[in-house]
Amino acid sequence: MDLKSLTIDGARSAVQDRKTTALELAEAHYAHIQKEDGQIGAFLTLSKERALEQADRIDRMAAEGKTLPPLGGVPVGIKDVMSTRGLRTTAGSKILEKYIPPYDCTAVARMEAAGAMVLGKMNCDEFAMGSSNENSAYHPVRNPRDLGRVPGGSSGGSAAAVAADMAVVALGSDTGGSIRQPASFCGVVGLMPTYGRVSRYGLIAFASSLDHIGPLAKTVKDAAVVLRTIAGRDPMDATSADLPVPDYVAELDKPVRGMKLGVAKEYFGEGLDDEVRQAVERAIDKLQGLGCEIVPVSLPHTPYAIPTYYLIATAEASANLARYDGVRYGHRARGVKTLSEMYRRSRDEGFGAEVKRRIMLGTYALSAGYYDAYYLKAQKVRTLLTRDFDEAFRKVDAIVTPTSPTAAFRLGEKSNDPLAMYLADIYTVTADLAGIPGISVPCGETKEKLPIGLQILGKHFDEAGILRVAHAYEQAS
Amino acid sequence: MKVTDKDVAYVADLANLELTQEERTGMLRDLNSILEYVDRLNELDTSNVAPMAQVSDRYGVDETKQGSERFAYASREDILEGLRKSLPHEVALANAPDPDEEFFRVPKVIER
Repeated sequence: MDLKSLTIDGARSAVQDRKTTALELAEAHYAHIQKEDGQIGAFLTLSKERALEQADRIDRMAAEGKTLPPLGGVPVGIKDVMSTRGLRTTAGSKILEKYIPPYDCTAVARMEAAGAMVLGKMNCDEFAMGSSNENSAYHPVRNPRDLGRVPGGSSGGSAAAVAADMAVVALGSDTGGSIRQPASFCGVVGLMPTYGRVSRYGLIAFASSLDHIGPLAKTVKDAAVVLRTIAGRDPMDATSADLPVPDYVAELDKPVRGMKLGVAKEYFGEGLDDEVRQAVERAIDKLQGLGCEIVPVSLPHTPYAIPTYYLIATAEASANLARYDGVRYGHRARGVKTLSEMYRRSRDEGFGAEVKRRIMLGTYALSAGYYDAYYLKAQKVRTLLTRDFDEAFRKVDAIVTPTSPTAAFRLGEKSNDPLAMYLADIYTVTADLAGIPGISVPCGETKEKLPIGLQILGKHFDEAGILRVAHAYEQAS
Repeated sequence: MKVTDKDVAYVADLANLELTQEERTGMLRDLNSILEYVDRLNELDTSNVAPMAQVSDRYGVDETKQGSERFAYASREDILEGLRKSLPHEVALANAPDPDEEFFRVPKVIER
């Protein structure tokens, strides 16, 4: 079984037409993982029993001649920040090393209801805090395209697994770029839907007003299939939008001719690597060649996005992570005498350096005397950043940018400088703050054969529009 | 330097973290460097800008209403055993580091 370039349709129709079985597909993936993942490190936990049970269900359907559901027999990976009933979920943290969730994340439940086989849980930065996957408490993930380099983060395991054909698609989460940036670094497609498009129920919270679940895939079409599966109102998440879910797959082949694509100079300034700039400019030319109209737009508050993001995200994180206290679940320090000592030592032992740094920054930004100067100020600038997009989207249908200012960097290159690491998200955090959707699609390579990503940002709930542009570009390249 | 040793100790206390001396030194350096960077937000006049707490403020909200009425789209009537049954007792205790049959056990809270 050739797993290279195996897509959702390829896997599903092979099982449907009895050219293979879901069981064989699962076994082939596990064999490939066994062979490859020792050096990549994309998986934290394998869930073979769960996958094979699903394979059995799908194979019986195929044998009975029933039409398989949209993800029938498709092997998938789930980022380890999504709760899976009965299957260890660590969020990449030691504090949840032995945590077995009693319920399923809605997005995971919808994937499995659509026939997906969950192969296992994907490595990530601890509590999704990081841009290189080096903050995993277990082990880093290595970029399959160059093992000396990072896969990006925080959904580094999800991106690397798809890039290395260890899963057909994977779910990731994006709070500041954590789906799109690793997709760009690993040469796969990564889609962050509009805030509220996909339920966050069962997603381990990092920053609740910024957290999104979305797919990493080998093709734009596969990303569309997954989005169609997981999108839509969920009564368990009050912020999930009660809006109809379009057939994203059917929308893919609508023409892009005449679409207006914005290009903002703020995304092509200082810090952008030359090779990345050239690749993205070539991609824009190609889109123009497909009949899109390229329109200059301005997003003047872009230089304030990173400071805004790091105040809001850390403030929300400091509140969300207060729940890890060693009482109901998670790590508890041994030999403690008082309740207060138990809280402190459990958290000290359970959290890694970056998580502590963000809890401290967020707590500081929310503390008496600093709330107005930092947290409230950042919320106001968030309004300005969002207005920038409102303005721009009066003129254009989508905005095209680089996904990340550079291709994948080396392991250890930025790990001692938190600020340098934060700047890796400079082109992605804006969409999280504004709540708009964004997709990263591969657009060439550097001389060193490292993938480069083109980011396409869209209007609220216009995933169909950005998927269509991404699909047209992908088909033409 | 915006943040001092004393601030680090105070914030760690609020955050229920102990931190080693080495961690505190690193935290002092990192927080100051990050806060210096975020200071650029003060270049912007935001005196007439409303804060944005949630993206979902932007859709479904009934602008003609006040307070939580504005978010009526996201609310529902209370239902007993509504969306999901509560976890069975033993399931809720299954991940606990130190449960007994009934409760989560913790070290003594009241000193005497």
